[in-house]
Amino acid sequence: MSEISAIYVIWLREVKRYVREKARVISSLAMPIFWIIIFGSGFSRFNIGMNVGYREFIFPGIVTMALLFTSIGSGVSVIWDREFGFLKEILVAPVSRTSILFGKMIGGSTVSVIQASILILLSFIVGIKLNFLIILRTLPLILLISMGLTALGLSIANFLEGHEGFQLIVNFIIMPMFLLSGALFPIEGLPAWLRNISLIDPVTYGVEALRWSILGTSNLPIGLSLGVLFIFMICMVIIGGIGFNRKK
Amino acid sequence: MSEFAIETFDLTRNFNGFLAVDHVNIKIKKGELFGLLGPNGAGKTTMLNMLCTLLKPSAGTAKVNGFDIIDQASDVRKSIGIVFQDPSLDDRLTGRENLEMHAMLYGIGKEERERRINEVLKLVELEEKADLLVRTYSGGMKRRLEIARGLVHYPNVLFLDEPTLGLDPQTREHIWEYIEELKKKHAITIILTTHYMDEADRLCDRIGIIDHGKIIAIGTPNELKNKVGGDVIVIETKSKNVNKFEKLKFMGEVRITNNGILLNVKNGERLITKIVDFARKNRIKVDSISLRKPSLNDVFLHYTGRVIREEEVDGKELMRQRFLMRMRRGT
Ligand SMILES: Nc1ncnc2c1ncn2[C@@H]1O[C@H](COP(=O)(O)OP(=O)(O)OP(=O)(O)O)[C@@H](O)[C@H]1O
Ligand SMILES: [Mg+2]
Repeated sequence: MSEISAIYVIWLREVKRYVREKARVISSLAMPIFWIIIFGSGFSRFNIGMNVGYREFIFPGIVTMALLFTSIGSGVSVIWDREFGFLKEILVAPVSRTSILFGKMIGGSTVSVIQASILILLSFIVGIKLNFLIILRTLPLILLISMGLTALGLSIANFLEGHEGFQLIVNFIIMPMFLLSGALFPIEGLPAWLRNISLIDPVTYGVEALRWSILGTSNLPIGLSLGVLFIFMICMVIIGGIGFNRKK
Repeated sequence: MSEFAIETFDLTRNFNGFLAVDHVNIKIKKGELFGLLGPNGAGKTTMLNMLCTLLKPSAGTAKVNGFDIIDQASDVRKSIGIVFQDPSLDDRLTGRENLEMHAMLYGIGKEERERRINEVLKLVELEEKADLLVRTYSGGMKRRLEIARGLVHYPNVLFLDEPTLGLDPQTREHIWEYIEELKKKHAITIILTTHYMDEADRLCDRIGIIDHGKIIAIGTPNELKNKVGGDVIVIETKSKNVNKFEKLKFMGEVRITNNGILLNVKNGERLITKIVDFARKNRIKVDSISLRKPSLNDVFLHYTGRVIREEEVDGKELMRQRFLMRMRRGT
């Protein structure tokens, strides 16, 4: 019982902190919108060889980008908790490490789901017509993607000593994962060796799954994308859990 | 149930070959206010971290509230409250939210939670500030909130790691009063670490002096002072011939300090004239001579040959304290 209330408390804290930081909320929404408008317009005549225009094509990719930054950021934010001492307060409470990890993960995911949902509601900007079915199948997908990515952030945090490593993560993990994912161009056009790298990037499957659900068209079968995303999430939870339990 | 709130059994912690806590065996009775007194790096925080189950001992173990810190960590956690040495509040939340979160982590139901939160807020006089963000609190207010938080779940044992470090004299006085009130009103065992002699002297029923990870003396403040012996005579002098005072060894323990001599003697009143004669005969210019009862400082000096203060003011620690104060003020 107190484990559930512990998960709830930790979840609540993440959400409160997010909602309270207006600057973070606004910048986390503005960035993807700039991308869509500027990138989408600049390359609007770029033929991607599918039955949708370029702006529609990159829209699911941009939503995934928002998920990627926010989720990994939330996961990695444990470093700040550690650095500012708050983590000790949670660790000394009579709740299991697993509950703490879950609370963090669900909290981080909630924040990114809120953000991605707002973006999806704004999809009319690029001319996408939403309907109830689209929303219904997209929400669980963004939840799945963000849980995996938040857990990845938590796993990374276990390897970092202080917050200095954060820029490193952005440059060496988030950006490559985003650029290789085919969010901005179809990976079919890449040379074979690069395409193979793209295929081991879990974000690729997130982008493809969202293309399937939002645009109704994708290059990879949705079953494959779902499977990979699910396995990715489970692996990250396990790795994050082991690291978290080992670290004090 | 045993009569002890805490018992340690050869409790030891080793950091890559460095013994931060070295085979400590202490027993703390229920309801006692026990002080761990020692200079920086003595191993106080390391010991508390082990007792509150955040750090595994390298050897030995301990019982807190009758539960083993290794095998029954979860029961230990339910029994204790702790105020860490370093700040540990979420400063993006309000004071009340910090307390609410804490109470929920300890599984306290809604109504009970509200009642207790108001109760502890009143104790530390933060009712009016409770709904402001913690970032806007002063250092002393943050410390008081942390003490309140440590009490919300009615712990049997409360750990306070340097509760007044870096606070101004008025706030320290205030916090001491809370601690005294807690002890009077609640049947709670308090373990407090400090390197302030006056704090230990004023608050603690018993004191354990810790140095280099070992408990080197234990007892009530008076017992400890009595072990040093009768009186302390302080001779201030800038003379280069201070070493000659060594000849006074027949009177008692003689120590040369930065600005003179300390003598531990019996019946000090009668020796002063002899000291004056001795100084005149040896042509040592003495600035002042004073006589006092031993303080805990003298106790520390007696056991370690060092003054606790000397280590307190090294540059690194000063920086650290300033940093901590800044963090508490949130600038
Ligand atoms: N995680 C760690 N790794 C290595 N050494 C450590 C670690 N934690 C503490 N130490 C060392 O153990 C010794 C005791 O540290 P501790 O923090 O317990 O001292 P303390 O008595 O609390 O001092 P202070 O009054 O400064 O708080 C110090 O020499 C410190 O450098
Ligand atoms: Mg300490």
